[in-house]
Amino acid sequence: MTKTAMQKELVERVREGQPLAIARMISRVESGAPGVVEEIAELYAASGRAHVVGVTGAPGSGKSTLVSALTTCLRRRGESVGVLAIDPSSPFSGGAFLGDRIRMQDHAGDQGVFIRSMASRGALGGLSRATADATAVLDAAGKDYVVIETVGVGQGEVDIARAAHTTIVLSIPGTGDDVQAVKAGVLEIADIHVVNKADREGANRAIIDLRGMLRLSLAGAPGGWAPPVIPTVAASGDGIDELVQSMQAHFRALVSSGELERRERAMAAARVTSIAQALVVDRFRSYESGRRFTSLIDEVYRRELDPFSAANALLRPSA
Amino acid sequence: MESLPVGSQSPPIRVLVAKAGLDGHDRGVKIVARALRDAGMEVIYTGLHRTPAQIVDAAVQEDVDAVGISLLSGAHMTVFPEVIRLLTELGVAQDICLIGGGVMPDKDVDTLTAMGVAAILGQDTPPDVIVETVRRLVAERRRAASAAGRK
Repeated sequence: MTKTAMQKELVERVREGQPLAIARMISRVESGAPGVVEEIAELYAASGRAHVVGVTGAPGSGKSTLVSALTTCLRRRGESVGVLAIDPSSPFSGGAFLGDRIRMQDHAGDQGVFIRSMASRGALGGLSRATADATAVLDAAGKDYVVIETVGVGQGEVDIARAAHTTIVLSIPGTGDDVQAVKAGVLEIADIHVVNKADREGANRAIIDLRGMLRLSLAGAPGGWAPPVIPTVAASGDGIDELVQSMQAHFRALVSSGELERRERAMAAARVTSIAQALVVDRFRSYESGRRFTSLIDEVYRRELDPFSAANALLRPSA
Repeated sequence: MESLPVGSQSPPIRVLVAKAGLDGHDRGVKIVARALRDAGMEVIYTGLHRTPAQIVDAAVQEDVDAVGISLLSGAHMTVFPEVIRLLTELGVAQDICLIGGGVMPDKDVDTLTAMGVAAILGQDTPPDVIVETVRRLVAERRRAASAAGRK
């Protein structure tokens, strides 16, 4: 079989939802395999149906358990689900320990669920570089929902807000007072707040602090959506029905307010910008070994040229 | 978020490590996972008490190069043949290399190797030998797969 015929067949099998093909396709996306750009082009054209849900929160806040409970609940409603679970790569060895599946064992053998663990491979925003494309793969494979679980985040990893329609931010009791709740960053990107492990001491305090913070926001949320605070105990399934209803209500609100289009445009813009940046960096790397780069660096080192002018000179097509 | 890395070096080796059946001793498998991680591999751990079907299901979705199953319970002659059967049924037995670890009698090791388990690494195998074995076996499979146009 020729190369293009094989690519066509792979794309076809992905669209039929075959697990082996989906798995292979995601690996190709992750490694930037030769020819993958054409495959993604076809799959991208076939995507755009799925409701993409992001789940983020601190390490140990229960993201994997919550994603598993969400999946169970969505399956009961007859929806198919793709899960992308991201864990960090080691900055030293490049290796990774991907343990999210440990909490997601209830779905083995269920053809309506596809779970993939991804290593962040050096990306710093809580996702991996290939997450957006892997989302398109699962979407094109016919999954009704794509749930993205970010790495355990601190306060600033907010890439998920540009990769998902609905962003769920998990908090747990006892991790801070109302001042933490007012800080900028991760808490700001929530379309839905979840206080998980809500059977623990301090849960009411956490819920009250979050609600108090939300009441302080002066501007109404875009599209008139007011982010709710939902208590859950993911391990037992408590509160999960309410969370799924809230996810679906959020998507309906996005559609009816026109916010969906604005958000999808922003997602597209983020995506195109990041690819363009990568392409520029790539071209730049080919200069890097070149004499032009070396001589500019020499000038900057000797303070004959400032770094900004050097960077500009580098980006100008060489004479 | 950034984008597709353009141009590819060899992608990292992905390994699924699993504990099968009624065997709750996972210190060994965690040490192996750690050693593989520190050698730059992406290691997926499934947790305790998995069935062969769950392990194979996960291996397919994760598109791993190798599956390592640790067994200290004596159930290896049940678990491994079933895993091999499922991998063969799905047509991935030649792409995913199956490695066993733990405690098993020599004669069983011979039988399992003949069945298609690529290597059995006993409980006294040093971590660097495990890493080297995985690297070597995966490199062989990747070469064979790429020669046959499967990847």
